[in-house]
Amino acid sequence: MGSLLSACGLKKKKKAEENRHLRANDREFNFSFQYANNAIKTSRYNIFTFLPLNLFEQFQRLANAYFVFLLMLQLIPQISSLSWFTTVVPLLLVLSITLAKDLSDDITRHKNDKHVNNREVEVLIDGEVKKEKWMNVQVGDIVKLENNEFVTADLLLLSSSEPLNLVYIETAELDGETNLKVKQALTVTGDLGNDIQRLAAFKGEVHCEPPNNRLDRFTGTLTVSGETLALDNERILLRGCTLRNTEWCFGLVVFGGPDTKLMQNSGKTVFKRTSIDRLMNVLVMFIFGFLAFMCTILSIGNAIWEYQEGESFIAFLPRPDGANASLSAFLTFWSYVIILNTVVPISLYVSVEILRLGNSYFIDWDRKMYHVKSDTPAQARTTTLNEELGQIKYIFSDKTGTLTQNIMTFNRCSINGKSYGDVVDFAGQRVEITEKTEKVDFSWNPLADPKFSFYDHQLVEAVKQGSPAVQDFFRLLALCHTVMPEEKTEGELYYQAQSPDEGALVTAARNFGFVFRSRTPESISVMEMGVPTTYELLAVLDFNNVRKRMSVIVRSPKGRLILYCKGADTMIYERLHPSCSKIMEVTTEHLNEYAGEGLRTLALACKDLDEEKFAEWKQRHHVASTAMDDREAKLDAIYEEIEKDLQLLGASAVEDKLQDGVPQTIEQLAQADIKIWVLTGDKQETAENIGYSCNMLREEMKDIFIVAANTAAEVRKELVNARKKMSPESGDEPPIMKSRLWGKKSQVVEDEKVDGEYGLVINGHSLAFALQKDMQLELLRTACMCQTVICCRVTPLQKAQVVELVKKHKNAVTLAIGDGANDVSMIKTAHIGVGISGQEGMQAVLSSDFSFAQFRYLQRLLLVHGRWSYLRMCKFLRYFFYKNFTFTFVHFWYGFFCGFSAQTVYDEWFITLYNLVYTALPVIALSMFDQDVNDRWSFQYPQLYSPGQLNQYFSKMAFVRILLHSCYSSLILFFIPWAAMNDTVRDDGKEIADYQSFALLAQTCLLIAVNVQLGLDTCYWTAVNQFFLWGSLSVYFAVTFTMYSNGMYLIFTSSFPFIGAARNSLSQPNVWLTIFLTTILCSLPVVAQRFLFIQLKPTINDKVRHKVRQSKAMPLPPPRRFPRRRISTRRSGYAFSHARGYGDLVTSGGFLRIPIKTRPTIFPRSETPVADSTPQTYRAIYQESASS
Amino acid sequence: MMASSYNAKDEDGIQPGSVGSGGPGAVKNRKPDNTAFKQQRLPAWQPILTAGTVLPAFFTIGLIFIPIGIGLFVTSNNIKEFEIDYTGVDKSSPCFHCSQNYSWNSTSACTCSVPFTLETSFESNVFMYYGLSNFYQNHRRYVKSRDDSQLNGDQSSLLNPSKECEPYRKSDEKTIAPCGAIANSLFNDTLELFHIHPNGNRTAIHLVKTGIAWWTDKHVKFRNPGGNNKNLSVAFQDTSKPVNWRKPVYELDPTDPDNNGFINEDFIVWMRTAALPTFRKLFRIIQKKKDSKTPTLQSGNYTLEVTYNYPVRSFDGRKRMILSTISWMGGKNPFLGIAYMTVGSVCFFLGVVLLIIHHKYGNRNNNADIPN
Repeated sequence: MGSLLSACGLKKKKKAEENRHLRANDREFNFSFQYANNAIKTSRYNIFTFLPLNLFEQFQRLANAYFVFLLMLQLIPQISSLSWFTTVVPLLLVLSITLAKDLSDDITRHKNDKHVNNREVEVLIDGEVKKEKWMNVQVGDIVKLENNEFVTADLLLLSSSEPLNLVYIETAELDGETNLKVKQALTVTGDLGNDIQRLAAFKGEVHCEPPNNRLDRFTGTLTVSGETLALDNERILLRGCTLRNTEWCFGLVVFGGPDTKLMQNSGKTVFKRTSIDRLMNVLVMFIFGFLAFMCTILSIGNAIWEYQEGESFIAFLPRPDGANASLSAFLTFWSYVIILNTVVPISLYVSVEILRLGNSYFIDWDRKMYHVKSDTPAQARTTTLNEELGQIKYIFSDKTGTLTQNIMTFNRCSINGKSYGDVVDFAGQRVEITEKTEKVDFSWNPLADPKFSFYDHQLVEAVKQGSPAVQDFFRLLALCHTVMPEEKTEGELYYQAQSPDEGALVTAARNFGFVFRSRTPESISVMEMGVPTTYELLAVLDFNNVRKRMSVIVRSPKGRLILYCKGADTMIYERLHPSCSKIMEVTTEHLNEYAGEGLRTLALACKDLDEEKFAEWKQRHHVASTAMDDREAKLDAIYEEIEKDLQLLGASAVEDKLQDGVPQTIEQLAQADIKIWVLTGDKQETAENIGYSCNMLREEMKDIFIVAANTAAEVRKELVNARKKMSPESGDEPPIMKSRLWGKKSQVVEDEKVDGEYGLVINGHSLAFALQKDMQLELLRTACMCQTVICCRVTPLQKAQVVELVKKHKNAVTLAIGDGANDVSMIKTAHIGVGISGQEGMQAVLSSDFSFAQFRYLQRLLLVHGRWSYLRMCKFLRYFFYKNFTFTFVHFWYGFFCGFSAQTVYDEWFITLYNLVYTALPVIALSMFDQDVNDRWSFQYPQLYSPGQLNQYFSKMAFVRILLHSCYSSLILFFIPWAAMNDTVRDDGKEIADYQSFALLAQTCLLIAVNVQLGLDTCYWTAVNQFFLWGSLSVYFAVTFTMYSNGMYLIFTSSFPFIGAARNSLSQPNVWLTIFLTTILCSLPVVAQRFLFIQLKPTINDKVRHKVRQSKAMPLPPPRRFPRRRISTRRSGYAFSHARGYGDLVTSGGFLRIPIKTRPTIFPRSETPVADSTPQTYRAIYQESASS
Repeated sequence: MMASSYNAKDEDGIQPGSVGSGGPGAVKNRKPDNTAFKQQRLPAWQPILTAGTVLPAFFTIGLIFIPIGIGLFVTSNNIKEFEIDYTGVDKSSPCFHCSQNYSWNSTSACTCSVPFTLETSFESNVFMYYGLSNFYQNHRRYVKSRDDSQLNGDQSSLLNPSKECEPYRKSDEKTIAPCGAIANSLFNDTLELFHIHPNGNRTAIHLVKTGIAWWTDKHVKFRNPGGNNKNLSVAFQDTSKPVNWRKPVYELDPTDPDNNGFINEDFIVWMRTAALPTFRKLFRIIQKKKDSKTPTLQSGNYTLEVTYNYPVRSFDGRKRMILSTISWMGGKNPFLGIAYMTVGSVCFFLGVVLLIIHHKYGNRNNNADIPN
């Protein structure tokens, strides 16, 4: 027996591996350790284990276990008050539905596994590189990876194509960071290169740690020909990473499949629950208590009855042996637990799942959330969170790629005091640019970028006419930058720009006839209006955050020595020659105008240099640039010297294109009282600017606080000042609502009252201080008082921290929306994560709960789908609890008339079918289709959203109201039939007050009453609702007559004892009069109460519905508004990246040696601010390595 | 009122232009279908509670209910009913002695006669009920203590009935037929009615003992074992009578084979257990004499002759004899009439109250602008 156990058990669960030992290219040796190969298995079941395992898992759930417990109670004859089938049938149904769902899930997982396992990779087998499936890769194999391939397994890096044996990997799938990381092979192995013979002969042995889930650690040794070398994390490529910018590399498989760190880390996805789920759990607990309470009362009643009546009734009803009053009471308690179990509805959970699934499908199917250009429909990736979409209070949004398209377009410019870019009609009125507006034709320029569009024909005329100012303007744009050109074939130019702004400017110059074609460290080649021209590049005065400008000094072919400078207007204006004052004034006006439209502006200036002075400056520049200490400051001073007395050329304005409809969406959401926080990696100016252009920050706001301090104390002071200004009476101590729930202490900060709208901008540095433990609440209080909060320069971690802060201390539902890997953390943290799909990166989408292609769909998701889902879910729960409580309480009342003997009021079949058949479909239809007002009206009145935020439709109070309502209904439903049937007979004198007839009457009354209640709750009567409602009633009568028919009785005598009850009872007028009376009595008070509330205290819903009724038609689509012009003095941000430029690279020319054909993308277009802020560190590494 | 909503062209419905460009072999895209169901635009009726619907509804219900209530009440009042409690609790009552010395096993029946007077005459068919109070025929253990298969004439159940019948399943190694507590406690008083003429003569009133059970019970639910075998004592051989019974089931009505055994109507009526602890069960019918102008029961003095077999004193029960006529709505029960009248009046009253409220406050809602 023992050996058998060990044979079975140990084979599967090897004793914990203590040390891993493997040898390269030696499968036999490695096989002796039985390491897992690279096949992965995320599926949970196979054909044979599916049923037992799944059932086992299902019975671990509380609800199911409870019903099994009930089932066991029912098997005890003394207790059993209901036949076994009343529990078994619903339980089987629930189990089988879950079973089917799990089955389909697991089939999907099987498919995914198969897909991944069948990916191919090149493996070195027997001295040859062969294609092999991933799942067949073994520990100890050497695999060859190529650029942009996924890493197959956890590999020890052996060698790579890059110098110094470096490889670049993207770890987004592992940690969500898109910036590339560098790994370096050991020199010993790196020397192997791609020499297949030598690699095949490589017999290194690896000793290392056992499989674990630490991504940042690896310890081990490599023994090559007697020499032992230490291995650390720097040498390891983890599965799940992607190889980037590396032509090829070789790696030795160390961990495969399930042993890889990726797989060891998986499986702990956070399971999100909605607030209604949590409330429901509390309520279910309460219901259990309530059930116990009712059962206790009834069993006490039973004890009293048995003592008083039962004793003397023995003659007719003998007791089982040894039974006395107390035993009987004990048994009765359990009998009533069985009978009253319908207060804890097993079908509730299943129905909730079904309707959430349905509402998710409605999201998937919505054409108004389908993006044509990217062919992307919206997708509800999590099907269990729908109703929470109707309760959002805070939205945390990423900027780049979410609010903006991350596309910069050259939009306007001011040249020599003349503004270009606007389209003006004959009357001089500005014309809105639409898709129909005629574009400027650039076909005269063979090198023009066809994607570039510009609408003002004057500018191109000016260029063609050879206006020197305009030409100089574009010449500057073509020369003064650090863009890398790439010309694969003649005339097909690609620019690799460090920031999209720069790319936009150079592209603009290209289209207007100043085509930047190539550069060397010493020269820049430009095609000037069709004439190839080469400028000698003498110096690049690079950009940095202090200078906020960059310059180049070039010598034109004619020998003219010119300095071109572009930068923030404030910086340029300080350095202008006094003679420019006139043009300065005009340009300032233009700049204000551009800034008012939310464009990013740059001022451009140039200056002719004196040959001698320059030579002298160059000398000093050389000294400064080779200085050992304080080089930066010295260089800055040198630059400062020469960048003065500039001549202003003009200004450019680049539009950071917003996604379509963003301002409108934000305005809508703000009207729905949703607070929007932008968390962006961008810098403050850019973020602020976007804040204005997408309507988040508004001129009419009372104040916009900017928190940008350098110490913790200052940050606190600024936060407190802001708060005091918004609400002078707010105290120092945050108004905390402490509550203890299930042993978890939660600190909820209450909302504070503020009059007027405020905005808050906080930069990353200050945010880091503000997020510290002692200042968190201060930040939260201040920020939550503002309508809009913008956090700049935020790291992914901080994003998550901010979301977590609000989630933890505010009793509110949060939503995070983003598109990039840097948003993954906040998407996962927030109650609901939304990913923008259809973009390049999919990480955000993969970790999101909902995804769609455009930010603007968010308003439809929340204001329409979310609102409806919440409404439906609440209606469903309210109605479901009502119908089940009403159903159950009747038993309670009957207890007082049947000696507390746990006799049911209804037929057992009715009890079985009530939830499953008679009332299942109408309530599903209600909760699938109901809408108070349609989508257009939902948009028209975003205030309709607020009940969800306040939890108005379903709360503990609402639950108590349901309880009382059910209590009333059940009293009516029991006592009216009771009084009506008391001592009554049929119209032929025969029995009608018998138990069976009474049961039939009571159940018919109940069913009709709850259906009428359903009707009262339904706002939106589709054909389906009607069909289900009437269908269910007909089914009830059909089933009842069938079950009570002669035939059924003769076939299953003991199962259907109610024979004839329907015929004999339902033919009686007084039975129908009773049914009618109970129905009216159940529904009239509800109607009266609702009507009264509509009259006296109409809710927003009532008002809107009234309005809908009055207008009878769709709301007029609101007039499309032109984007509001801001009369702003704010100057917009400048078009540079956040970090130091590539000046050094450009002049040193190091990278130009890299053959272009192996570098399809020198600077991979990085979507995310994080990547922007750490610009291509790997290049710098190469730089160093190349120069060293 | 200035809510803006964004409706881009590509978002709403059909694009007329796109058809031509796509051509016949248009690429299948992932655009969801434009069906009313998927777009949640199913045509629907959207009623709301307005004064125009609610108030008339209240008045209408009031106006309908009050006449119905009056009709029901009058009908119920027209039903003649006479009830007499013959339990014999009081010392003065004629059945007192029978109620005192009772034992199941006594062979000699105790009889008593209860005189009573009918003030008015009963015109149409008169139904004679016996009523029991405080008798828990709806107790769970009682209700389930029967075997329907046995009662349906199933041969195997006859000899081996369900366990639910315990402890009245077997007696002296023989199966009890009919088994169970319900059958065992069959009401076995005999009631006879005599009209006392003013001259002192007693006339027995003919009591019809068939036609008192549901047709379905008599013809479907209850069947004697042995099929058409008329000899019930053979069919019931190997079975024993219920413990409390004086005679076996096949001797319930030896005079009428169609009313004997399981299909004895007194038995069937008893087996249809009552819903409430106080109940009445149809016992006999006094049929109106055809083509006779005399009432079925004229006013005057009567005697109820009781063969007192059924003990109820132990559990504080009561036995009643009820004589009643019936109407289209069954027996006498003023409740429905009163309830309908009350509900109707309340509705009417509520309607008036709501009307006033609507007049005073309602317009606020209708004209109020929705804050934006």
